[in-house]
Amino acid sequence: MPYDPRLVAPMREEMVRMGARELKTVGEVDEVLGDQRGTTLVFVNSVCGCAAGNARPALAVALKHAARPQQVVTVFAGQDVEATARARQYFGEYQPSSPSVALFRDGEIVHFIHRHQIEGQSPQTVAANLTGAFDKFCGATV
Amino acid sequence: MTGHVFHPGHHALHGVTVLLETNGSLTFIGRFDSEDQSGAHLLDVAVHDSNGAELSKDEFVRRTLKFGVRVDRKHAVVPSGEIARVGPLSEVRA
Repeated sequence: MPYDPRLVAPMREEMVRMGARELKTVGEVDEVLGDQRGTTLVFVNSVCGCAAGNARPALAVALKHAARPQQVVTVFAGQDVEATARARQYFGEYQPSSPSVALFRDGEIVHFIHRHQIEGQSPQTVAANLTGAFDKFCGATV
Repeated sequence: MTGHVFHPGHHALHGVTVLLETNGSLTFIGRFDSEDQSGAHLLDVAVHDSNGAELSKDEFVRRTLKFGVRVDRKHAVVPSGEIARVGPLSEVRA
């Protein structure tokens, strides 16, 4: 059962503030992930205070890096259930976990961060993981 | 583990994805929930049985590190006496 929307509102706002577009419907997910060109980062948000509480700040730091994905979108696990399930269909072999991060280039996943890679890590460590992938796969954007 | 409690007020491994090796043929990877008299409770668990498995245990762990936990059981209880080792999956190197 989804949490009270008032409880998760700050977690959504944190994503929007860093420039992520929320995908709340299957249609919105298909619109973004269905025919991709360039680089797209999908952040699977979560209410888990410890893991997602580190992952969101990590992404905020990483998105200040010179190289970054052309699109940043987010779905909210346990909240926007159908949109999240649809996004995960695009993840192929990568199993569901939340929070998690998928980086696509031209429709293919080139980097994935699972929940187990976030647990117990500092936001700086997770951000370094992300920026390493941005340098490798994204290049600088204008 | 870095020494801090991931979820204050709970077991040190609560909420952490762990690799749990037993004294027998079974290996579990899942989110540690709690430990009580019945054993360690894991949630969203992948299970490997070295007796007759297609993949070796090392390959099972390697694939889980890369692709995540392929859930076989929502909940598993491993009796404490059968646990050989348990620790964060993030500390395992492929």
